[in-house]
Amino acid sequence: MLTVRGLTQRYGSRVALAGLDLALGRGSFTALLGPNGAGKSTLFQVLAGLFAADEGEVEIAGHSLAHAPRLALAHLGIVFQAPSLDLDLSVARSLQFHCDLHGLPRDVAAARIAAGAARFGLQAELGRRARELSGGTRRKVELLRALLHRPGLLLMDEPTVGLDPQSRRDLVAFLRDEVRERGVSVLWATHLVDEAEGADRVLVLHQGRLLADGRPDAVRGALGGATLEEAFMAATRR
Amino acid sequence: MSEQRPQAALPPPPEGDELPGEAGSTHDRRGLVAHALQALAAIVGREVLRFAQQKSRLVSALVRPVLWLAVFAAGLRDAVGGAVVAPYDAPVPYAVYILPGLVGMVMLFNGLQSSLSMVYDREMGLMRLLLTAPLPRWWLLFARLVATALLSLAQALAFVLVAAALGTAIPLAPLAWLHALLAAFAGALMLGAIGLLLSVHIRQLENFAGTMNFVIFPLYFLSTALYPLAKLQASGATWIWIVATANPFTHAVEWIRFALYGRDPGASPWIVLGTLAACFGLACWGYDPRRGFGALTQRGG
Repeated sequence: MLTVRGLTQRYGSRVALAGLDLALGRGSFTALLGPNGAGKSTLFQVLAGLFAADEGEVEIAGHSLAHAPRLALAHLGIVFQAPSLDLDLSVARSLQFHCDLHGLPRDVAAARIAAGAARFGLQAELGRRARELSGGTRRKVELLRALLHRPGLLLMDEPTVGLDPQSRRDLVAFLRDEVRERGVSVLWATHLVDEAEGADRVLVLHQGRLLADGRPDAVRGALGGATLEEAFMAATRR
Repeated sequence: MSEQRPQAALPPPPEGDELPGEAGSTHDRRGLVAHALQALAAIVGREVLRFAQQKSRLVSALVRPVLWLAVFAAGLRDAVGGAVVAPYDAPVPYAVYILPGLVGMVMLFNGLQSSLSMVYDREMGLMRLLLTAPLPRWWLLFARLVATALLSLAQALAFVLVAAALGTAIPLAPLAWLHALLAAFAGALMLGAIGLLLSVHIRQLENFAGTMNFVIFPLYFLSTALYPLAKLQASGATWIWIVATANPFTHAVEWIRFALYGRDPGASPWIVLGTLAACFGLACWGYDPRRGFGALTQRGG
């Protein structure tokens, strides 16, 4: 679902991504673990097509982001780290706006919004403006929005920032269901080790390079530590 | 380190409730044109809705030119000095002369304010949402431009109605009106494109005051909105005359003025359309992920 080859991005003398290679298949929950400044947000902005890296290639669902961005982006859902809801629009209008940007017919959009709102417990919020919602509810709306066009790849850029523990757990559980039931491939960027422990696969990114890649226990073993957190802390302190 | 598997390209995501990649293509069935028009309508609709929610914007958009018309024009009633300037056949009251300029002022403020809206959207993360839609980026920017121009036109028409209600003489020939509407829309697009281009370079909302001082006021005061070119030349203000002659806002105003009186606007349409194309092209370049937009996004871990 995602193939990254030789991705390199420099900001002056600082290297944010250093020849990154990566491939994600369908139906996997992958945690991208890295400390602040590891290159996670840069990677996500490149994957979202917001800017092109200095070197390297990105393919989403087999479509080159550089040469067929429209087709590549059609398969991509994103929840950005910073909230990105129009605070003055109602939830329903925000969701419909997203469907329009993705060219979904009105009847299909209406059915998906209704079904998604029911699944997320957001029916009562559809008529409310985003500024009236709590942070956790806004996140749910953003996640529902990112899934409305049925993307094969979902990028989640530190989506639990500012959420209470219960909302964090709910979000992770929901995405696990989405992976299992719909075969969505999730790339979840975080610097919180406990969020990565339940992932199918963990990538440890540090200074623009992948330090480890594998199942959580394999990563712990490869980096050397009694727990994943210890292993991560030790590896990123070096 | 990473698993590398060759993958076949998937069609665009399905419309129904199927799993990703298992159904036919949205674009195959509905076509890219229908998708693009749907997105255009959505972007325009969203901007109109936002405008409707900000009633103070409409009030301030009308109060500013109405004050100029009611106060400034009254104070400078004889400013045109009894001279006959094209496209008028006879000396006209100053209020009649500055009406197209005030229409231009409404569009200038709204067009440039669109850059504020773009910067706000960028700071709120809404721009990312727009620019990650599966449509050509130039089209998404064009949709924003059309939304800005339609709002400018609506505000300009509201102002003309108020001006007529205040007793300002306005020609009523239908064909001339159609031409003037076309000219106003083109001018609004041009001013919106200047706003779009500015939004590439304005990094923060706080910088908007600088835009007001260094872009809006020079564009407005160094134009024919307030006084005819001939008057500038006659008074010996040669450098102002040169700048005003080159100012694209002058030509947006003159196109409307000449169209309203059924006269040939000369080169003004070409200057307006050329400026529109140049500013929009540069804005698209600025928002190109391979060139400019990287500088606009927050970079970090």
